[in-house]
Amino acid sequence: MVRCFLRIVGRDVRLALRQRADASLAILFFVLTAALFPFGVGPEPNLLARMAPGIIWVSALLAVLLSLERLFLADYEDGSLELLVLAPQPLELTVLAKALAHWLTTGLPLIAAAPLLAVFYNMDLAGLPMLLLAMALGTPSLSLIGAVGAALTLGARRGGVLIPLLVLPLNVPVLIFGVLALDAALAGLNARPHMMFLGAIFLVFVVVTPLAGAAALRQAVE
Amino acid sequence: MHRFANPGRFMRLANAVLPWSGGLSALLIGVGLYLALFGSPADYQQGESVRIMYVHVPAAWLALFVYTVIAGASASALIWRHPLADLIAKASSPIGAAFTFLALVTGSLWGKPMWGTWWAWGDARLTSMLVLFFLYLGHMALMNAFDDATRGFRAAAILALVGFVNVPIIKFSVEWWSTLHQPASVFRMGGPTIDASMLWPLGLMALGFTLYYVSLLLLRVKSDLIEARIRARAAARGG
Repeated sequence: MVRCFLRIVGRDVRLALRQRADASLAILFFVLTAALFPFGVGPEPNLLARMAPGIIWVSALLAVLLSLERLFLADYEDGSLELLVLAPQPLELTVLAKALAHWLTTGLPLIAAAPLLAVFYNMDLAGLPMLLLAMALGTPSLSLIGAVGAALTLGARRGGVLIPLLVLPLNVPVLIFGVLALDAALAGLNARPHMMFLGAIFLVFVVVTPLAGAAALRQAVE
Repeated sequence: MHRFANPGRFMRLANAVLPWSGGLSALLIGVGLYLALFGSPADYQQGESVRIMYVHVPAAWLALFVYTVIAGASASALIWRHPLADLIAKASSPIGAAFTFLALVTGSLWGKPMWGTWWAWGDARLTSMLVLFFLYLGHMALMNAFDDATRGFRAAAILALVGFVNVPIIKFSVEWWSTLHQPASVFRMGGPTIDASMLWPLGLMALGFTLYYVSLLLLRVKSDLIEARIRARAAARGG
């Protein structure tokens, strides 16, 4: 079962690496979105430093959304999803594997690009470790919830537009605690309570989302 | 439960209940409003603005209640394949969204004189109620997003269950985080802390709103069943 899990992760990562556009598109969108705000609010460094945590997190949220529609779509269209549903290993594990692959090809590049944005926004670089840690704890939850959203909208009209509507409300807690953790670290306060919340959210999602995603996939191939 | 899955039996039940629930709802809301606007005292701190509470609180209660009904119906649809459960979820969603919107708007109108602001972003209850509103909208959008109605029902049912975690968060948010919104005064351990002169109009309005929801729900499910019957007859004739 572990081998099947790793196989699916490996397959998805390999497919994503072949179309290098996806991962780079996410990073590009991330940086581009975050680059737009200074044009809107003005270049004053203190203001930007104050806004940095929120803007980085929101841009990360939006960038994760980009590649969600394609998470199951290719398999749905060429029939491999039906095989995955009928396969002996639990569908929940497949959903988990796909979410992990999504995080590896989207979340991880975003974490790598985040320091660049921190520099753009004149953020105090003492907060950088906390930024990376909070994003490392928060972005997996985004991939997990995104997987459920992608599974629910398979074959829907305008599925791509629908996914943000479904996924963003459930991403709000991750956003809130991610920003709180970073703000606390920047202010020199203890960020542990907020990180605990991020961890708790991840634990809840890692249990609930495979169940919901598997149920959604099953009714999609019926 | 499956006794009422028979559309014919449901229609007869709905037809019997509807005039009563509708009439009683109108009566309770009427009496409740009279008591709320004239028959209850003004608040010693807030003055007359406290009377918004008699719309805001029942609307918020209904928003949570309707979502709970939807979650129950979704579970019933997914686990037991109850035929009416999908229709109940479909019919309840817009009503719940409307109650949530009413709660948010009346809360905002109340917040301006009381807190000095139309909205407070840092407050846990306001944020989670806003998330609830988006969950309702997502539920409605997902249900209508598929050409095959059954897929829409199933997908929306799964979404409703995933989002149900928000309901206890809304309820307990004022206890877990002490921000702007005031803590519970009615449904709390140790009983309500509101005086009877205010509790009565609140209760009457809440009951009136609930019966209003029931009436609307029965109407909408009835019309969905009739629509399905018309479609079946048209298909039979055309085929």
